[in-house]
Amino acid sequence: MILLIIIGMSIVTMLPRIIPAFIVDKLQFKDWVNRWLNAIPYAALGALIFPGVLSVIPDKPYIGLVGGIVAIILAYSGLNIIFVVIGSIVSVFLLSTL
Amino acid sequence: MGIGKVDRKSTSVFKRGLAVGFPIMLGYIPIAITYGVLAKQSGLSLLELTFMSVFVFAGASQFMGANMIALGAGAVEIIIATFVLNFRHFVMSLSFMNRMRPVALKWKLPLSMGLTDETFAVSSLHPEEAKEEKGYLFYGALTLVAYISWVVGSFLGGVLGEVIPEALSQSMGVALYAMFIGLLVPSVKKEFRVGLIAIIAMLINVICLQFMSSGWAIVAGTVLGGFSGVFLLKGEKE
Repeated sequence: MILLIIIGMSIVTMLPRIIPAFIVDKLQFKDWVNRWLNAIPYAALGALIFPGVLSVIPDKPYIGLVGGIVAIILAYSGLNIIFVVIGSIVSVFLLSTL
Repeated sequence: MGIGKVDRKSTSVFKRGLAVGFPIMLGYIPIAITYGVLAKQSGLSLLELTFMSVFVFAGASQFMGANMIALGAGAVEIIIATFVLNFRHFVMSLSFMNRMRPVALKWKLPLSMGLTDETFAVSSLHPEEAKEEKGYLFYGALTLVAYISWVVGSFLGGVLGEVIPEALSQSMGVALYAMFIGLLVPSVKKEFRVGLIAIIAMLINVICLQFMSSGWAIVAGTVLGGFSGVFLLKGEKE
């Protein structure tokens, strides 16, 4: 039964991922569609970051917010993304344990 | 001589992909371990929970799936919920595959199968490699790092149980958000309108969350927020 669920989940996850691989070869997009598609990564990042970041520590949304702000500052100062991630983890860890 | 040159090129492109994929690994391993622990507690066997990571490879829906299995939900219900939650990948894949036009279908296909929020975000912010010879190896490498981290992490979570103290694993939950921010900020520095697109998407997401599931809210934020790019982004300079 669980195996059946896994196979079903696999199919409905895979289809939306692979269908675009076939259709872009068949279609030529208008300029505005290309601009829309090129904006998708930034829009997706926005939608993925907020308000999700507030739920890092579910009962203390401000901690996730601080972790996010630390990440913004570190990234803005030009640090490599690894240090952005580590700095943000450390700040959340300190805030949630202190 | 010629072959040696090609190989060196491939290796260097591949290595660059591995390096760029490293932050994804950092974010995935603790979450995958947490998933493994939770799935085990939900009654999945070690084989089943690892299989789920191998064949589904989608964090949020695996958490949800394990949860629903524990609650005794029906297969159809779980599969539909998974579809809703992962529909955003259709939009992301469309955007990514549009960038990957120069790449042959036999490479596009496995790359699209490995698309997650994280591999999409990292790949999209490195668009130049798509035009490069052997560029698919770059995207392949970063996707492979993500995939292996996810599968191995899940397995470890299932075997070892709660190896990471809860306070630390909870704190590491910020890793993927920090990675998303770390990807977005440099682009905003270069072009502030990119930040405007992200903020519009955030707002749409927040508004939609009031009356729809988080899966659809992210789809709405991404699709509608992306439309602001039609006006905000300049055409391709090619």
